[in-house]
Amino acid sequence: MTTAQSTVGPARRSTLNRRRAFAGFLFVLPAVLFTLAMFIFPLIMTMWMSLHNWPLLGQATFLGIQNYVDMARDGQFWSSLWFTTLYTLLVTPPIFILAFALALLVNTALRGIGIFRTIYFIPVVIGLGTSSLLWVWLLNDRVGIINGLMLDLGLIEQPIIWFVDRNLAMFAIIVSIVWKTVGFSMILLLAGMQAIPDELYQAAMVDGASYWQRLTHIMMPLLRSTFALALVLSVIGSYLAFDQFYIMTRGGPQNQTITAVYWIFNNSFTYYKMGYGAALSIVLLVILGILSIIQLRILRDDTTY
Amino acid sequence: MTVTPAEPTVHSSSTRLRRRAGIIALYIICVVLAILFLFPVFWSTLTSVKPPAEASSVPPTYWPSTITFENYVKLNKYGAGILRYIYNSATVALITVFGTIILSTLAGYGFSRFNFRAKNSLFIMVLAALMIPFQSILTPLFLLMSAVKMQNTLLGLALVYITFQLPFGVFMMRNSFDTVPREIEEAALLDGCSTWKMLTSVMFVLVRPGIITVAVYAFLNAWNEFLAALIIMTQESNFTLPIMLTSVRSGYYGAIDWGALQAGITVTILPCVILFLLLQRYYMQGLMGGAVKG
Repeated sequence: MTTAQSTVGPARRSTLNRRRAFAGFLFVLPAVLFTLAMFIFPLIMTMWMSLHNWPLLGQATFLGIQNYVDMARDGQFWSSLWFTTLYTLLVTPPIFILAFALALLVNTALRGIGIFRTIYFIPVVIGLGTSSLLWVWLLNDRVGIINGLMLDLGLIEQPIIWFVDRNLAMFAIIVSIVWKTVGFSMILLLAGMQAIPDELYQAAMVDGASYWQRLTHIMMPLLRSTFALALVLSVIGSYLAFDQFYIMTRGGPQNQTITAVYWIFNNSFTYYKMGYGAALSIVLLVILGILSIIQLRILRDDTTY
Repeated sequence: MTVTPAEPTVHSSSTRLRRRAGIIALYIICVVLAILFLFPVFWSTLTSVKPPAEASSVPPTYWPSTITFENYVKLNKYGAGILRYIYNSATVALITVFGTIILSTLAGYGFSRFNFRAKNSLFIMVLAALMIPFQSILTPLFLLMSAVKMQNTLLGLALVYITFQLPFGVFMMRNSFDTVPREIEEAALLDGCSTWKMLTSVMFVLVRPGIITVAVYAFLNAWNEFLAALIIMTQESNFTLPIMLTSVRSGYYGAIDWGALQAGITVTILPCVILFLLLQRYYMQGLMGGAVKG
């Protein structure tokens, strides 16, 4: 590069550089414009709308911070927030324990293990909406095969009606979500495991470390940053839960399974209180931001190998 | 120093036996898990080819008495017909794929190869969307789409999806171009290629794996997305498959026809699974990129 340009005079080089810079700018321009129009602008507009009473039709009126003040007295807002937090706390451990166990399993050198790895991953590529519909049917009290199997095996005497009780519904949804998403965390953890140099294990084996010791003293500490990434993605995903509740419980019974995003959706698109919905969105954004910072702090990667 | 075998030779046959038993046990665990993971999809597909009466029988039956595609025919009677919804989903997904590829490839090339003012800030701005959930900007996006008369259009929904895909796409393509040595590019330029021709003929081939990765994610996310489609598409004839199926389930079209619903689920799932099995390598590469938005 330098040899080709050294024959050109400095003035000409600077015009060339400027033209080159302009060309580069043109290459990124479409993506930048798209982001500005469809992402930055809506983001600023969300903040702006959150300060207004904003109906679907008709004039918006400025309210100042009234929407945020109203939130404090909105019982459903608090119960949705608590329900979403509870859901996240309950769904994360099974996903992680199972994903870790599955990653250990598919990390073994068994012949044909790649086929099993692919099979465990398949639910991840199915849409969450579609998988929720699938589980509504599997769990149905009349035509569902899960109740049918349990009845035939004599495990229950009456079909279980999963979605009329908050706790049963929570349990059923967690099962469906673990099925749907565990493969994702499994693959992330597997990639982390495969990045650990074999020599470390061999050295430990020479020193007489058992499988369990190698697991807890070598693998788990070195997987810290992978755990962090998988955890952040999983917690944020759970905190934004909507499809599974909209489809499986429809928020019921008695609005007890309305998540944070569901409450935003109801305000903005069912009651058309779009200003209030925007204020709720901003609060959710702040909560998610704090959550990611805390998690990254706790699990900050300070290991090297 | 001599290394002595850990176990005396007398025990070696029992050790081998134990190892063998361990391997068999692992395979049994693998197979049981595989059945658990595949069962829901298998059961749905099996039910979709049962005669309609058997698909809705209480309690459920296990094996179909005959295999028939009646449920698919019935599915086609809902709303504007299943073909229409497949067309809607496929159109939105394909526009999303091509739009994302074009915008990401251009931007990835620009960010990788050129220096210009505010380059880093612009890059961070494009990537910022990875950190901000789209759920929080859906209300203004809906109003924006209504304002430009694109609410309820396939193109409008695709534009929203392209926006969601751009951060991952640009990041992926920037990295892809970064791995191509500059010498190749310079050689092509010295041979008299124009920048444009070089990008289309030489670089395109070299970054093809990255493009395929971006395309696979764009397709799957557009095909499967639920919330934005639910908000933007309010007219029944423009529904995408997941929204249409939810309407079948919620009794929008009358009593729930479970057989037809399974036919619909099968139609929706099948392209995703096939695409994933064919292009698994590229999908996993995207995951390892570490910048996947779940």
